[in-house]
Amino acid sequence: MTNSAVAPVHAEVADELLPALCAADSASCREAYRATLLALAALDERIVCLEADLGGQSNSFQRQYPDRYFNFGLAEANMVSAASGLAATGLVPFVHTMANFVTARACEQVKLDIAYHRANVKIVASYGGIAGASFGPTHHATEDLAILRALPGMAVVNPADAVETVEALLAAAVADGPWYVRLGRDPTPIVHKRPAGFHLGTAGVLRTGTDVTFVASGQSPVPMAVEAAAFLAGEGISAGVLNMSTLKPLDAVAVTDALRVTGAVVTIEEHNIIGGLGSAVAEVIAEHGYGRLVRLGVRDTFVDQGGTYTALLTRYGVSVDALVAAARTLLSQNPTAEVKP
Amino acid sequence: MRPAPVRSVAVSDLELPQPDTLEEIARRVRQHVVRIGGTPHGCHLGGALSCVEILVTLYFDVLRVDPADPQWTQRDVFVFSKGHAAAALYSVLVERGFLPAESLATYCGMGSALLGHPTRRIPGVEFATGSMGHGLSLGVGVALGLKRASQPERRVFVLLGDGELQEGSVWEAAMAAHHYRLDNLCAVVDRNLGQNDGPTEGIMALGDVLPRWRAFGWSARTADGHDIGELRAALTPVPYAVGSPSVLVAKTVKGRGVSAIEGDPRSHYMTLSAANVQRALRGLRPGGSP
Repeated sequence: MTNSAVAPVHAEVADELLPALCAADSASCREAYRATLLALAALDERIVCLEADLGGQSNSFQRQYPDRYFNFGLAEANMVSAASGLAATGLVPFVHTMANFVTARACEQVKLDIAYHRANVKIVASYGGIAGASFGPTHHATEDLAILRALPGMAVVNPADAVETVEALLAAAVADGPWYVRLGRDPTPIVHKRPAGFHLGTAGVLRTGTDVTFVASGQSPVPMAVEAAAFLAGEGISAGVLNMSTLKPLDAVAVTDALRVTGAVVTIEEHNIIGGLGSAVAEVIAEHGYGRLVRLGVRDTFVDQGGTYTALLTRYGVSVDALVAAARTLLSQNPTAEVKP
Repeated sequence: MRPAPVRSVAVSDLELPQPDTLEEIARRVRQHVVRIGGTPHGCHLGGALSCVEILVTLYFDVLRVDPADPQWTQRDVFVFSKGHAAAALYSVLVERGFLPAESLATYCGMGSALLGHPTRRIPGVEFATGSMGHGLSLGVGVALGLKRASQPERRVFVLLGDGELQEGSVWEAAMAAHHYRLDNLCAVVDRNLGQNDGPTEGIMALGDVLPRWRAFGWSARTADGHDIGELRAALTPVPYAVGSPSVLVAKTVKGRGVSAIEGDPRSHYMTLSAANVQRALRGLRPGGSP
């Protein structure tokens, strides 16, 4: 297994960063990344920080570790391949840029020089999904998870909040192999009031339910699922919530366990419904043999309307209301066609 | 440090068997390449034959590598960016002792590690290549890492095709190598003037590539890419200037050594008939002229 942990997680970094984040209402995962990498760099000299003109003009890592900070300029393809070269010398490069640039522009470099070489490179992408909002489709990534999920050996992680972001990065730092960690931009709600207990390939059970299961991934969908489940409880509908923060390797057992109880799943993701979480869960359901599914997400379109981030999520079908409606629809359907052993 | 094999011979040793000259090794490498070109799969023959002397000079006279220990921690790093010319690389790896000679017969066969483009399953192959425009960036990363590890004695060599220079990422890497003052990095361009669809100057003109590299801040030289003496003289003094990356533009001929295809851009990818293999091998006999 490529992505096996080789050293204990840096508990001191978790102790340093998690209490404040757990206590917060919201936090930026991008800022959590920068704080985590800075703390990790003090403990692990192999860690180097790579940017492509998106590190900011007062980058704390650059200030503290100028000889371990490499700004490659507007040349993402070169940065990704060079990261593989750096990894070949025993360093652990953390590569950051926007999700669109690293997964679409530099896709072939990620495929061949990172995934195929099983390079020990951690790609941390901000502006995942439509976090870029009114910047438009040039700064959105609603296909990145589909692309990365199809690359052999690549760990694909989409944390639910800043707490889980810190934990996922700590796990990435001690794992041997390529990771893709997808972050947003602005602060998003903190779902985990206690440490998430992140473990690659294991879904987090945020709420158990008996009528329907929300399988959510990402920093907006997961808090939406939690809120929708709480709302539905008031209507007498019991909805469970699975935080599928690892897209690959997917926790298929968590999905089938949920299906045995509820038989019905709603997936929600900040991504095209093609190729991401909804598709991954559909694959599990199809091979499992039964279960009903509604996929929520961007419905195969480019998001080129102005508006705030949250307003655009709602407009394009990623919302609490959409979850509630999907749950009601699933539960109102006649399940007689269902084959449930 | 493990030196490259010493080929100079003292007068008192003259009665002992003479080590092969690099020209002789290059001749055998061409024989291997021609035989690979005769397999059902064929190979990128023209560009393999054009880089034979470059590879032989690198592997026998320049690179500090150890076939008995391909992961030797003090080795130089070679990136074969023009991965399509794999037949030449495999043949040189056989001559240098990284691969057994019989492995060439497995080329592209079921389960073989010797694919049409090199994989890291092959001893001595540091990076899998074949998609153009990746190798120099990989080399930039290794050179940066070696600088950071304070291993100044280890150098990084990257062999590029000339058609490959049309890939934009090559120039991204060229910029970065200059920016980070990677004088432990040396690119060699196999300037054979041909690419898949025909002559480079007709497909997408590269012109005089030397000033382009110099404009990107590299120290640049040229050499006859088939003259081992010239290649040795050009590759030994790397870096050409302290604080800047080096590039050697080696002027070569596509298909060199097989008269029927020499200089013919159509030799880019070929499968040779059995008769043509025999004809080419006759031209590559010891003492024979190409």
